[in-house]
Amino acid sequence: MPIVKYSSEFRDKTIAQGLARAIDAEVSSQRAYRFVEFCGGHTHAISRYGLEDLLPANVRMIHGPGCPVCVLPASRIDMAIRLAERPEVILCVYGDLMRAPGSQGQSLLLAKALGAHIRMVYSTLDAIRLAEQTPGREVVFFAIGFETTTPPTAVMIRIAEHKRLEGLSVFCNHVLTPSAMHRILENPKIRNTGGVPIDGFIGPAHVSTIVGTQPYEPMAEQFEKPIVVAGFEPLDVLQAVLMLVRQVNQNRHEVENQYSRAVTREGNRRAKEEVSQVFELREQFEWRGLGLVPNSGLKLKQSYAKFDAETRFAIHDLRVADNPACECCAILRGAKRPIDCKLFGNICTPETPIGACMVSSEGACAAYWTYRRVRDEQARQTS
Amino acid sequence: MSVKAYQRKLDVENGRVELSHGAGGRAMAQLISGLFHQAFGNEWLAGSNDQSAFDVTAGRMVMTTDGYVISPLFFPGGNIGSLAVHGTINDIAMSGARPLYLSASFIIEEGFRFSDLKTIAESMGAAACAAGVYIIAGDTKVVERGKADGLFISMTGIGLVADGLDLSADKAKVGDRVLLSGSLGDHGVAIMSKRQNVAFQTEIVSDSAALHSLAAAMVAAGGGGIRVMRDPTRGGLAAALNEIALQSELGFHLQESMIPVKPAVAATCELLGLEPIHVANEGKLVAIVAPDSADAVLAAMKAHPLGSNAADIGEAVADDHKFVQMTTDFGGRRIVDWLWGEQLPRIC
Repeated sequence: MPIVKYSSEFRDKTIAQGLARAIDAEVSSQRAYRFVEFCGGHTHAISRYGLEDLLPANVRMIHGPGCPVCVLPASRIDMAIRLAERPEVILCVYGDLMRAPGSQGQSLLLAKALGAHIRMVYSTLDAIRLAEQTPGREVVFFAIGFETTTPPTAVMIRIAEHKRLEGLSVFCNHVLTPSAMHRILENPKIRNTGGVPIDGFIGPAHVSTIVGTQPYEPMAEQFEKPIVVAGFEPLDVLQAVLMLVRQVNQNRHEVENQYSRAVTREGNRRAKEEVSQVFELREQFEWRGLGLVPNSGLKLKQSYAKFDAETRFAIHDLRVADNPACECCAILRGAKRPIDCKLFGNICTPETPIGACMVSSEGACAAYWTYRRVRDEQARQTS
Repeated sequence: MSVKAYQRKLDVENGRVELSHGAGGRAMAQLISGLFHQAFGNEWLAGSNDQSAFDVTAGRMVMTTDGYVISPLFFPGGNIGSLAVHGTINDIAMSGARPLYLSASFIIEEGFRFSDLKTIAESMGAAACAAGVYIIAGDTKVVERGKADGLFISMTGIGLVADGLDLSADKAKVGDRVLLSGSLGDHGVAIMSKRQNVAFQTEIVSDSAALHSLAAAMVAAGGGGIRVMRDPTRGGLAAALNEIALQSELGFHLQESMIPVKPAVAATCELLGLEPIHVANEGKLVAIVAPDSADAVLAAMKAHPLGSNAADIGEAVADDHKFVQMTTDFGGRRIVDWLWGEQLPRIC
């Protein structure tokens, strides 16, 4: 099958071992290397393929906040459920979100079981189709994600305008990756919770196909941290670690592109145009783990306000507190690991999640639960 | 009551099921005799009694029941009818029993096409006939529009276990081999390819098949060496092995490189963020076999048309946590967990 032609090549065991040897040869035993992998996709590749076993003991990977479902505050789930409970509304949702817990532990999946009209969709085109098929109903698309999923939402709104789909609107939760990275770097309180200094970043894969590598350049320079944009396959991650080690050893702090088969410096110009046509910056947006981050979220421009579900249904921003025992926030900042959370694996499991990190396919807790319990259990027993 | 008394024949080509077809009156009798009896054709149904009588022999019998609520009802490689027959036969056959009789209960949404119902019933008749079993009891209910997703089928089956055979999920022992009869995920991918909001083109067809003759060949070759057999349906191989691990209080260690997966299935799973080991099968079985019988059983599987791609994929190991683990192609070791909830696609 041509569509997986180029995935097994990036999972080659022998090449991985070669890269591991190269990292081992270049690492200085005199210092520690602490790298944040921003994206949940990288976190899962590291856990699924056991990459930490291949790295020297003084190279530590810290899991970043790059999981859109995990950083979405529970209040936004509450708002979505309220929307879906309106009799005229059909809420269209990506599958990842269905199990994410709201502030009272309720999920969209449960709301659906109780009668709210919620449809799981695979793309924005499904929402357009539904709006066409159900005139008279209010079809609301729960838009979520970093820069990767924003262009399809922008295109959907433009199509809705073109087709005069009066019943279609968007509950917008799109957020911006560079703002979050900047936040982690500029705020010592956030950065140093848990006392973990950062020596470099593995930059986003899919996000960078849209934004390019250019947006990371000011950060690398200002904070003097190397950033290597890398793909989600295991060999991508290992090669990125090698590139970061070299930069650290040579005292460089540049933006480098490991994922050159998909990412350019400029990114996808067409996609960026579509986004800027429809969206503008919110003054601030709340992230789980990072708090209110200025200029980190998108909303619809005034000229598209009629497609904005928050305006259309006059729903107000809620503020709710997370379960105080849930360590998702510290985990999203890289200050703690999932196994440091008291709830992990007993009260909080994929079947009964307390925090979204346990149920999102990109969540760090989900990665630990799915792939690493044996190793973590063995480590706990031997320590 | 004779069919000849009706003035108008059932309009199978263009007609639709109405509430009256489940109401116990003439319309229902006409539907049953004109459509189901013809499709299932056997002496028991011809008697038109509320029950069917059959002789029993000495020995142990097994009984199973299952509900079929799939969407879509028709998929590449079969439909809900053939699937129900195969699924029920397979649940019987996993005990090593010879399937004998089935019953079928239909819950039909009003407005359902007679032509579709006929196709489905005929597939059931053909699947049962090919497997040498009989559908000897049935029931028909019609519910209002919106109260059922077209058609639900509930099936019960009974079978006869050969003397001395006692397969059970709690009988696996440390050191046993794990034998898989063929490639994973074909059924789930075939179904997903036809779902309304994720439709895609694939050459994959469902593996839906009755496994009793394969199971019988394995039992003949391995006898008491076969401890457990399971057909990994919903939740895939991962769920089947996790269940056995819990029941037998041990773990499993699999070799990813030994597990057959068709490239098109692997590609679909990659795109949708699923794992073949979690995807449903309807014509595959996994057997936990004592090490000294494993070679003979595997050879018997490979000699059978439904097991030509059979493989020894791992072993039962001592593990207090009762984890199913897998050495990946990449070299690392990971947990193979139960699927959580339903299979949901990912965002990006």
